[in-house]
Parts: sequence; C-alpha cells; structure tokens
Amino acid sequence: MTDDKSKEKPVKKPRVLDRKTQEARRRFLRSLGLAAGVVSASLVGFIPVVRGYNPRLRPPGALAEDEFLASCIKCGQCIQVCPVEAIKLTDIMDGFGNGTPHIDARAQACDFSCDGLQCVLACPTGSLSHDTNYPHQVRIGFAELARPDLCLAMQGKGFKGRIRDASFKGLFRYAELNRWQPLPVRGQEFDREICDLCIVHCPIEIRRNQCEAGHPPADDPNQCPPSRAIGLEPVEGGGMRPVIYEGCVGCGACEMVCPVTPAAIVVDMTKNADTVTA
Amino acid sequence: MKYLVESFMQLLGRAPTKPEKDDITPAAQEIHFYKRGQKLDMDEVRRLHDEKQGKNKWLKRRWATLLFVNLLFVVSYYFDIQLLEGALTASRFLGFHMADLNSALQVMLAFKTVLINLLIGTVTVFVLWFLVGGRSFCSWVCPYHLLSEWAEKIHLWLAQKKLVKDIPFHRAIRSVFYVIFALLAFATGYTVFEAISPTGIVSRAIIYGPSLALLWVLFLLLFEIFVSRRAWCRYVCPIGITYGVVGLLSPMRVTYVLEDCKHEGDCRKVCLVPHVLDVTIKGRATDTRVPVGADCTRCGMCVDVCPTNSLRYEFSWLEQLK
Repeated sequence: MTDDKSKEKPVKKPRVLDRKTQEARRRFLRSLGLAAGVVSASLVGFIPVVRGYNPRLRPPGALAEDEFLASCIKCGQCIQVCPVEAIKLTDIMDGFGNGTPHIDARAQACDFSCDGLQCVLACPTGSLSHDTNYPHQVRIGFAELARPDLCLAMQGKGFKGRIRDASFKGLFRYAELNRWQPLPVRGQEFDREICDLCIVHCPIEIRRNQCEAGHPPADDPNQCPPSRAIGLEPVEGGGMRPVIYEGCVGCGACEMVCPVTPAAIVVDMTKNADTVTA
Repeated sequence: MKYLVESFMQLLGRAPTKPEKDDITPAAQEIHFYKRGQKLDMDEVRRLHDEKQGKNKWLKRRWATLLFVNLLFVVSYYFDIQLLEGALTASRFLGFHMADLNSALQVMLAFKTVLINLLIGTVTVFVLWFLVGGRSFCSWVCPYHLLSEWAEKIHLWLAQKKLVKDIPFHRAIRSVFYVIFALLAFATGYTVFEAISPTGIVSRAIIYGPSLALLWVLFLLLFEIFVSRRAWCRYVCPIGITYGVVGLLSPMRVTYVLEDCKHEGDCRKVCLVPHVLDVTIKGRATDTRVPVGADCTRCGMCVDVCPTNSLRYEFSWLEQLK
C-alpha cells in the first residue's frame, strides 16, 4: 500500500523548510535587526554634534572642535590634574562628545594656577595640543561684555563685599595670599571704588603686572604675555567700560567673578584672539 | 596552523567545526576510542561536582582583581596619589602611558594622527594583554563585564522559572560591528563607538561620578536580562575582538586535558563563550591537551566548575602553533 502511494505522488522537493533552516533564517534576520538597532543608536550621537546643541568651552590647548572630538580618548586625565577642578565631563546629551572634557567658566574658570598647563601635559592623544606651552598661547574663547547695562563699572558703580551668593564654590589663586593653594573666591572681601573685579582677576593681566614689576612667573620671561587682555576705559557720559584686548585667552576668570547675575561679561566660544585680530 | 585558523574563525563568529580524523593525534584517538565504550556514571559526576561546589576559587579572585583595578583608579584620583590616573580608555600607571587598544584604534582611525604618547600606551597595553591572555581584559578588568555577569545570573534564574527565553543572534554579527565601527570612525572622524561603549561609560562613572549615560548601560543590562543572554559581550562589543586577536598567540590559556574528562558538559553551561568549549564534547579534542581558543575570556568559570580538573589555567607557549 505504501508503495502505491509513493507512486502516486511524484518525488518533490519539500517546500516547507526544516526547523533548523527556519531558525537559522530567523536568527540571521534578527541579527540584522540588532545591527540596525545598535548602529542607529550610536548614530543618534550625530544630532547634538551637527546641530551644535551644546557648545562647550574646551580645556586649554584644545584643538578645533571637530579634531578635538576625533582625538579625545575620553580618559579624564586632564580633569584629574586640574588644581581648581575647572574641567568637567560632558554627558550623553552631547552625543559623540559623551565623556569629553569641558569648562563651565561661570562655575569654575581656568585660572592657570597650575602655571604649567597640567591638563595639556596629561593629555595622551594631543587633543590638548602639546604645542601650547604658556597661558598666553591658550585660545579657549574670547571674552565679551555681553550685557553692558548690567555692568557695575559701566554704571560708574563700585563693589563692596563678597562675590556671588553663598552657594558659590569657585576657586582662584590669589598668589599674594597663598602661592600654592587656590582659595575660595567667596572667602574674599572686596572694596573697589569702581568695580574692576574682572580686571584684577584676569590671569593674563596678573602675569603682565608681575612681569612689569620685574618678577615674571617662575622667573621665566617666556611666561610674560605679549599683550594686554582687558582694561577699563572711560565711557562718554560717565562710567567705565571693560574693554577686551587681543591678549584675552578666554579662560573665563572674568565671567566667574563678575558680581552681577547673570554675568555682564562672558566668554564667547565662537571667537578667539586669533580670529578677532585676523 | 589549523588550530590558529580555527581559533581565529571562532573569534570572528564561525561555528566550531568537527575535526577530521586525520587531525586527531594517535594518542587522542586512543582515548576517544576507549571513552566511546564507557558509560557516564551520573551519580559519580554529581558526587564530584558536590565536592567542588561553592568554592568558586577563580570567580573570587577574578572579582577581587576587577574591583581592585577599578577602585585603584578611584582611590588614585581621590587621594591624588598618582598611582593609576585616567580611566580604562587611557591611563597612566605610575607615570607610564596605557591606552585601551580598542579606544586607541578608534582615535587613530578618527583622528588619523598618532601621537607618541598614544603609541607608547598602545604598545605597553598590547604587550601586557598578550602576556596575560588577550580577552582576559574582558572578564578580569572590564567593569561592564561584572554588571553583565550579575544580569546573566538574573537572566538564568528567570529562564529556569520559564519567565524569559534566551534569544540568540548570529555570533558573526560582532565582526560586522567591528568593521562598521572602524569604518564609521574613519569616515565621520568621530569615535562613534566610544560614545556608546558601556566599558568607557561605566569606568568613567565609577571614577568621575554618575552620568545620564548610565541609562544606556541600564538599557543594555535589561536587554540582556529579558531578551538575549550576555548580548553585548557576545554579539556587539568590538573590544572583545580586539583583545581576542591579541590573545590568539598568548601563552596564558585555559587548557583542556582530555584524559579524565567526563564530557558531562557543565563547563559549557557556565561559559560566556560556550563555542570555545566545543572541544570538550566527546570525540572533538584533537590532542590529549588542547588550549581553549582565542575567544575565551580566561574567566575561569569552567575551571571552577570542572569536577575532574580537566580544564586548568596554563602559562606556556603553544605547541599547536608549530
């Protein structure tokens, strides 16, 4: 009987795939799905980068943003060596920038209190260019009097008391008080007839003054900045205006210590001394 | 040479192949012949297992090492003792540059410039992991591995209760990822993989404090618990392939010794990369001693579980390479 049946049905290739082949096919398709999923998840990182959602001040010596993102290995060694802890890590909202270092100048600016640009020396990949040897060569950004009407000096006002509110934790090296240890800005009492806090806190100005007094930092004349960074100039109709000169490196010390809120003076990260003077 | 090719192809994702009879040494053939007649005495195996149960010698050592290395970064930073600065992607150990091989590769591809410091770090780390066994980086140092290990335990517990089912992918997909991420880094000029690498994210979170990026890591862990066992390490992570290649010729091995093996297969159940242990299947071993392939992470779970000491750590130059 069985023989009869087999004669009736001609031998045909089975149309139904066996289970093993089916499972293999499913697994293959699933794997393609996984690939598509993970690769698209990784490419989401493009959006904040291309759109420039989170423009960042980068640490001293940083290469141009694209090169910086290409070269940074995201190890945080620059963070570890900074004596004022000015450098912080970015998060996943920065896309491909996740894990790269940046500076929030208003919270804690780079005041060059390490003198030797420790972050640059610590960088293993050259994201912070090893061509940067002195503070005045740094090009983080360029300060700008963004809100002139808030500026106390512009209004001809002075400043008496402590900078910022009680929660402010920013540090600054007041070399005449302590050569080795940065102190809380909040701990200083000021009494200025015309507010010039941005000028007295400018690391470039401080260096120039030291050089002019004949005591360059670390007794190294190479440390002397070639040009001024900021100064007060009288405004028509009274008041003084903080004017930014080509020596500005964009360290953000002025932004950090500006006593009004929001800060009248901020660092513009789209510019630097080279682009401004060019 | 055949051994090396097999080891490399397995690393890339090919299923293990059965050896031809000609490839098996006469000594191994003899053992296989005798074993064919033997019947497995399950009571005996169970008794041997019970004796070894719960010791987990290598697991303890491995976890201790992993925690020690990762905490050394933290301690070094907080107390500013400059012992081990940086994070797993790149660091300085007592002042010597170290760079994770995969991160360094991504940076080289994206930046297209190699600084001397990075080169020194890469070579140092290459030599280090060549000596201690390539993918041993994964199980002995990578902090995501530990989280994933715990997730795997939850997954297995749920699977036992029939609440989840492991959905496998094709292992070769990891090699595809490797190529994709290398090409992406080269073409876009961004270290694309680094932005989503849980190794870097977790390492930095341990050292510099928690970040939102940990949500991505959490998502991966949940995926591994509920969908696919150990998915990231098995099917995605290019770091594993990079260190796997380093370990191809490494003298640090888990070695399989054929003679006393009962072939009950418990080692394959605990293994993160069970294909490398196909050599323990009855009749598969090509020699009386076979070093386990390059995809092995040298985690020692099989060494811990093996009741007859047929799997053991060895540090020796491979005879198979001749």
